[in-house]
Amino acid sequence: MIYSVKQAFKQFFRNGAMSTASVFSITAILLILGFFFLLIVNVSNIVEGIRKDFDTIQVYLLESTEYAQADSMMKQIGNMPEVQELRYLPKEQALEDFKVRFGDKAYLLEMRQENPLPNSLIIKVGRIEDADTVVKRIRTFEGVEEINYYQETVDRLIRLTSFIQFGALAVILVLLVISVVVVSNTIKLMVLAREREISIMKYVGATNWFIRGPFLVEGILIGIVSAAISAGVIAFLYHKIIQVFGTDLLVMMSTGLVSERFMLNNLSVIFAALGISIGACGSIISMRRFLDT
Amino acid sequence: MIEYKNVTKTYGTNVGLDDVSIRIDKGDFVFLVGPSGAGKSTFIKLMLKEIKADSGSIVFDDLEITRLSNRGIPKLRRSIGIVFQDFRLLPKKTVYENVAFAMEIIHMSPKVVRKQVPQALSLVGISSKAAKYPDELSAGEQQRVAIARAIVNNPTVLIADEPTGNLDPDTAWEIMRLLEQINQRGTTIVMVTHARDIVNRMGRRVIAINEGRIMRDEKMGVYGSEEDENSHHMGMYRGGGYSIL
Repeated sequence: MIYSVKQAFKQFFRNGAMSTASVFSITAILLILGFFFLLIVNVSNIVEGIRKDFDTIQVYLLESTEYAQADSMMKQIGNMPEVQELRYLPKEQALEDFKVRFGDKAYLLEMRQENPLPNSLIIKVGRIEDADTVVKRIRTFEGVEEINYYQETVDRLIRLTSFIQFGALAVILVLLVISVVVVSNTIKLMVLAREREISIMKYVGATNWFIRGPFLVEGILIGIVSAAISAGVIAFLYHKIIQVFGTDLLVMMSTGLVSERFMLNNLSVIFAALGISIGACGSIISMRRFLDT
Repeated sequence: MIEYKNVTKTYGTNVGLDDVSIRIDKGDFVFLVGPSGAGKSTFIKLMLKEIKADSGSIVFDDLEITRLSNRGIPKLRRSIGIVFQDFRLLPKKTVYENVAFAMEIIHMSPKVVRKQVPQALSLVGISSKAAKYPDELSAGEQQRVAIARAIVNNPTVLIADEPTGNLDPDTAWEIMRLLEQINQRGTTIVMVTHARDIVNRMGRRVIAINEGRIMRDEKMGVYGSEEDENSHHMGMYRGGGYSIL
């Protein structure tokens, strides 16, 4: 064990150019990988936020519907297990809300004499998947004019984002394979340089794991160094991104970017794991041929 | 003790060994002779389990090599020392380190290494060169280092693959005397060679192989006639018997 680590460090520095080259390649790959990871996590985060915003069902009541009728309707809806929140929105309030939302274009509404908006019920379901069931039941009630909810929009959005996530995952997989190949090539060169030593070791009766050890540690070393560098670079860049876009996005989407700390913690764990496994896989693959006999 | 029973090994259509049965006893000194491509290397490689036999069995002491799993190979090789024609020393290690290396990689304790390496160096008569690097030594001295490395772990068998092939006659004889000395300590020696005069003057057991078959096995043998060298005339010479000249 100690022998392996000692040998690995020796080789790492003796073959400085080669080690540096592969550290650079792996770092580049991990950086790209990191950006895709940032993309995936943030897209999921934003979608989650949007889902929360859109899990509202708005039930517009007929003009003829009396308050008492609306009240009994509310009791029935309130009893549904899927419903989390329920409130009555009188048309006066709805108009006010509208004015606020339209801001300086609110004069368009004021041109009208009457309030064009109906009274409505605002329902929030616990899980957006339940919206359909709730809506179906409410449809059977009398006094309902129209039901508005965003199931479809959200569905489409979810489909789009899962497509993005799937694509990013595919890219990540390809990158991982490439990086294993890069490491295995580096190690292969180092093994070739020490072929005589390895053949002597085999003739004298060294176990395969003993021979593999130093190269394995070496591969892992390359992986860890690359992971550390790329985690640093990503952390720095993400910090900048948050500084520039963070607040804008918060205003636009009502959900911000995923926090730096959360990102960095996860990313360093992921990078460390990836670095170690890329290094280990690379060296084991490259050694296979030499240890056959 | 090494015993080959009906061992066959082919490489595609080429024959490596063809139904070979032979027994080498503990303490034997055996010359393995025959033309290039006759099957000598195959014979050695099978013993080291560098290659697998197609059929037959090879037993080494209590180990059945032909049934050995890959995991068991290191154990087998620790009881076999090997010396090559081209010495195969590590150029960046000193003489001492080259020999110690063979012990370190099988996890011997530093204490044992410090004790046994000087003993091996002294046995091969190269103690004074311990701190030198291989390229500072003559060919004969390098071969002595290689022998020291091969015996430092006290193997029961020493395989010498043309150990004198790169040496002048005088140096070759020094190496032969060294091998004889090692043999007297009880180590079985299997030496592959093309050196006719060495075989003839040593008067030891000779196993002649050609076209994958054992042509002669003589207790105090000689290198043999031209027939051994020329495989085309060997068709009718299929004795494989045990004849004492």
